[in-house]
Amino acid sequence: MARAEAPIPLDVDFHVAPGELLALVGASGSGKTTLLRSIAGLWTPATGRVVVDGTPWLDTGAGVTLAPHRRRVGLVFQNYALFPHMSAAQNVMAAMDRADRAEAVRLLDLVRLDGLADRRPAELSGGQQQRVAVARALARRPQALLLDEPFSAVDRATRERLHAEIIALRAHLEMPVVLVTHDVNEAQHLADRMVVIEAGRMVRDGTTAEVMADAHALRAMGLRELAAMLPATVAEHLDDGLTRLDAPGGPLFLPTVAGAPGTALRVRIMAHEVILARARPEGLSAQNILAGHVARVTEGEGPGVIVHVAMGGHEILARITRRASAQLGLRPGDPVHAIVKSMSVARDHIARARD
Amino acid sequence: MDWTALELSLRLAGWTVAILLPVSILLGRFLAFRQFRGKALVEALVMLPLILPPTVLGFYLLVAFGRTSPLGQAWSGLFGQPLVFSFAGLVLASVLSSLPFAVQPAQRGFQAISPELREAAACCGMSPWRALWKVDLPLAWPGVVTAMVLSFAHTLGEFGVVLMVGGAIPGETRTIAIAIYDRVQAFDTGSAAVMSAVLVAISVTTIALTFALSARIGRRLG
Repeated sequence: MARAEAPIPLDVDFHVAPGELLALVGASGSGKTTLLRSIAGLWTPATGRVVVDGTPWLDTGAGVTLAPHRRRVGLVFQNYALFPHMSAAQNVMAAMDRADRAEAVRLLDLVRLDGLADRRPAELSGGQQQRVAVARALARRPQALLLDEPFSAVDRATRERLHAEIIALRAHLEMPVVLVTHDVNEAQHLADRMVVIEAGRMVRDGTTAEVMADAHALRAMGLRELAAMLPATVAEHLDDGLTRLDAPGGPLFLPTVAGAPGTALRVRIMAHEVILARARPEGLSAQNILAGHVARVTEGEGPGVIVHVAMGGHEILARITRRASAQLGLRPGDPVHAIVKSMSVARDHIARARD
Repeated sequence: MDWTALELSLRLAGWTVAILLPVSILLGRFLAFRQFRGKALVEALVMLPLILPPTVLGFYLLVAFGRTSPLGQAWSGLFGQPLVFSFAGLVLASVLSSLPFAVQPAQRGFQAISPELREAAACCGMSPWRALWKVDLPLAWPGVVTAMVLSFAHTLGEFGVVLMVGGAIPGETRTIAIAIYDRVQAFDTGSAAVMSAVLVAISVTTIALTFALSARIGRRLG
């Protein structure tokens, strides 16, 4: 919980479980980074409480303010803030209570930087620097791992790779993780839960699936971010450049997806890209026709509605006009077909599933 | 050639640098990182010796060190000898007159460190002292080195303040700069020329050496 006067008024209250990844999502200037800095102790709110593992780090009511260096916190800065005069291994060792080079090398291996331990930050690419920053944050043996827009300073391809690595790394993390991001796609791929912040106020706190289906919560980020996450498995790479995935509701044909057959994926399907049909359509260019049932229809203030289509224990979302919904007469339980253009799924909307 | 005067000058510059090194690090870092009411005034006071004519500074120090002043009395009470016209008084005067040369470059050096790096040091669990040693000093080192070189060179060449506070007692307060002046006054231009040349050689060597060293450190930090 934190309330503050400056730099922006904050009124937020959330909880993160051990091993859970929570994304703080909001536009620039919404106060999400300030919130993260309050947890780390780099900024002290006027009133607030930060309790980690039962220990108060900050409790303005009780007059408790732990200095940042007394908090077991791992923070990955937006621009990494690596010490330029130290090698990668020295940067990692700098965060240890007792410098242990073997442990530093192990952590660098964990973030796939084997062999680069003696390079200085200036000799590393942006993606490699980010990994050193992650290894350094872990070297602190943190009770809370904080990631401040850690993927925003690298190009798209590197970002996809780093996302995959964070997903893989999650298996080794037992502490609560808080990710600050303005990238909703990133949040949806990486987070278990999301907190949406708008002008310092918490708009929504829920599981990623709940938040991503909530038009009200996503208003600040744009309704075109509404999307569902569908699990899928790579089935076959086809000669014409498409990959067939097995998904609940039927096969999904997408432009070449990396991964051997059997690879488990999660595919983000944007609600505004989905067309609904009562009968299975024929003579249609769209390759992907997924069969399901209407779970519910939620109405917002505008001309649109969101139709939740259930398929095999999962849901996809379709954002269609109120008029179209009325014409189709969609009611819960009705069978319906969801049509997804192959080309509407962006490359970075597909990620490896978490183990 | 007055070897005693040269030795005295080097000793004076050495002591001045030794005292100013911790002062420049602590005061420079404090002024670089802390915001407080009256900071501009403190910075102005640190800069003052640079602006004042050495004779004015020397005059005030002479008054402050004098036998009747509280400082002068406290000093002679403690050490049994006057502060004024002594080597100790000369060191104190040099420290004060070289203060801007020592603090300014160090402060700039610390200011050049991005606040994020210092925050990263704290998040790595480093106490402020450990962060000073592991992060701040290595990064601000070129500034601190410049500060020390300037202080050394300035002390070696200081004339007005030394003359006012120390007089020209051989072996106690007669520095090489004053010895040169004495020789010129006595029309002994030959000795003056030799001593001047020696002073130039020492100054050039010191500065060249430190610049070469800090360039090497700079490359290492790359």
